[in-house]
Amino acid sequence: MKKLVSLVLTMAFAVTACFSLSGCNKQPAASSDATSKAEETTAGSKETDAESKPAAGNFKVGAIYINSQNDTSGYTFAHHKGITDAMKEVGLDPAKDLYIVDNVPEDDEKVKQAIDQLAGDGCNIIFGISFGYINAMNEKATEYPDIIFSHATGYMSNDKNFNNYFGRIYQARYLAGIAAGYKSLALKNDNIGYVSAWGTEYAETCSGINGFALGARSVNPNAKIHVYEISTWGDQEKERQAAQVLIDTYKCCVIGQHCDSAQPQIVANEKGVFGCGYNSDMTNEAPKAHLTAAIWNWSAYYATAMKAAMTDKASFMTSVGNYYQGLNAGLVDVSPLSGNCEPETAEAIKIARDLMTSGKWDVFSGVKLSFSGAAGSVTAEQKSDALKTNKGEEKVAAGGASVGDDVIQGSMNYYVEGVTQVN
Amino acid sequence: MVDVITLFLFSIIVYNIPLLYGTAGEIMIEKSGSLNLGVEGTMAIGAVAGYLLGMRSGSLLVACLVSFVASGLVGLLFSFLTVTLQANQNVTGLTITTFGVAFYYFIGNAVSNSESKWPALGGSALDKQFAAIEIPLLSKIPVIGKTFFSHNVLIYLGFAIAILMWLYFKKTVPGLKLRAIGENPGAADSLGVNITLYKYVHIIIGSGIMGIGGLYMALNMGGTFEGSNCWINGYGWISIALVIFANWSPAKAILGTFIFGFFNTLRVQNAPLATAFPNTLGWLTKIPAQFFSALPFIITLIVLILSSVSKNSNSNEPSAIGRNYYREDR
Repeated sequence: MKKLVSLVLTMAFAVTACFSLSGCNKQPAASSDATSKAEETTAGSKETDAESKPAAGNFKVGAIYINSQNDTSGYTFAHHKGITDAMKEVGLDPAKDLYIVDNVPEDDEKVKQAIDQLAGDGCNIIFGISFGYINAMNEKATEYPDIIFSHATGYMSNDKNFNNYFGRIYQARYLAGIAAGYKSLALKNDNIGYVSAWGTEYAETCSGINGFALGARSVNPNAKIHVYEISTWGDQEKERQAAQVLIDTYKCCVIGQHCDSAQPQIVANEKGVFGCGYNSDMTNEAPKAHLTAAIWNWSAYYATAMKAAMTDKASFMTSVGNYYQGLNAGLVDVSPLSGNCEPETAEAIKIARDLMTSGKWDVFSGVKLSFSGAAGSVTAEQKSDALKTNKGEEKVAAGGASVGDDVIQGSMNYYVEGVTQVN
Repeated sequence: MVDVITLFLFSIIVYNIPLLYGTAGEIMIEKSGSLNLGVEGTMAIGAVAGYLLGMRSGSLLVACLVSFVASGLVGLLFSFLTVTLQANQNVTGLTITTFGVAFYYFIGNAVSNSESKWPALGGSALDKQFAAIEIPLLSKIPVIGKTFFSHNVLIYLGFAIAILMWLYFKKTVPGLKLRAIGENPGAADSLGVNITLYKYVHIIIGSGIMGIGGLYMALNMGGTFEGSNCWINGYGWISIALVIFANWSPAKAILGTFIFGFFNTLRVQNAPLATAFPNTLGWLTKIPAQFFSALPFIITLIVLILSSVSKNSNSNEPSAIGRNYYREDR
């Protein structure tokens, strides 16, 4: 009997260990490939070729999600809300015109099946929200030339019907950093923590950390950002313990984050320090701690893409193309400031936001903002100052223009001054 | 430096006490000769039921009772299927795991999408009752005080349950009868022990204990429900392995919890250790994080393999485990 138990357990653990090793922590635990109404409405019509189906004035949107469409917070939730809001904005009915395949892992075969299913449903545009869908979408874009494929966070595209979209979340993080900087000044504690899924391995996390750090240091030039890398996009327990370590061992007074759950904010709340969330306003989860969160407003993109695809599909790649916008398009922003923020915060954030939306200034340039003045008379001085890494290497000369978008999106692999990774 | 060690030791207990609940509960069930592989699911049901009704009532005691009863009902189901209907114990246990975790998501999603929303733990009455209780004087001792004597009430309860269970098995007549059933139900039956009653009662109590462990996980994770990550997150499975590691002794389960907890904590807190002791432990940061994530499971695998291979005559594994008892079969 013991043998049998051992065998069963050994298998269970081997599988779990493999998942841990390959970093697949985002696998949903219980729900299988739950497909939505797509399956009910068009059972048996999978074979139908996409080209024969869509009629004019009958626009259908397809979406492939990594987690469940019923999520109430987090990444999939943000996209689902963006898509449904955008559909209402352009006059589509999400209940009728939206086809979803959710809980799709980053596995080429699974993604291709999902695409085939959505194509069979007659979707005119298909959104894939997770990075790992990239190869399958690239391949299927050639197979279904009449459908527009739109892929979040990726880098591939073609010149007819396949684009990628992402946003300048580092701009929003800069604004959140300002709130953190004021808090650290008020508390006379220069240590600011940051729980990050990854460090310099991904430009996405790296540029976010740097944006946050530059924002904090525009207010408190002595601020030190301690980054704790948890090496997974989401693991509640790790996120929680990382925040605990940052607060207890590194004495951080504000906790920023780039990970899935609100755990870092909840820990900050428990420990009586402050925090800046991500993806959604986390004031509910951490009423005494949360300052403001860097958030996405995906509907800004989805509405643009849907409108373009509805009017003239053929010119989609010229009218929309590869989409990379920020504060100016309303794609990213910070959530409403909570009452925990210092009084100067709102003014300073407004100044920085105006500078970025007008295009006069951007985060990773050779000009740094420096905020001073009490509430009611906050001013920002623009100082020529080189953008340096934390190892002292100069990346942009004093007064120089911002690094290119290709760097921010793809090759940024250094921390700026003031950032240290603790692990 | 002292800070780092204190937090490390403190975290071992705070994050791993659910293992003790799971292991102790499973030991009680296995001592009755039943093998319940449904720990993960049983804990998930206890967690979600206890948390939601506990939040509604605002009382930690009510939350614990609800968890105990909800998971006890799962135990009742298991007993009914395996003791009365003689169903296969392995299959029933696995079914309970699948069902329990799915139940967790089902209820969680339903409540999150309802108008009342998922209740937030922060600042609630339940949160205050879950706060750490500093034991006077003892909690002031450096390192040890924080590690052992400034915890929330459920941690003390967990240790108390394990020790009481150990005494129950060793020192009481019902405990002796229970062990007899696990070793040789036929002999126990011939002595007039009501096997069905004993099995039912102990399976239900053992499951109830697991449920409180699930509630602990919910509270310790700040009570947030997220669609991507069940609270229990594999702890139930590790508990089953710890039963073998602890050689079916609730007292040794405490030791097992510490040892496993050490590796589980190392997973997250290797960096502060390396920073605090750069010369001796600096190498820790050179190991990929993924290895640390897999480490608790690898350790468990090794334990299972070793305990399987060694023909230990001191093994306390109940001889009749996993086999249903049917009087007419004798």
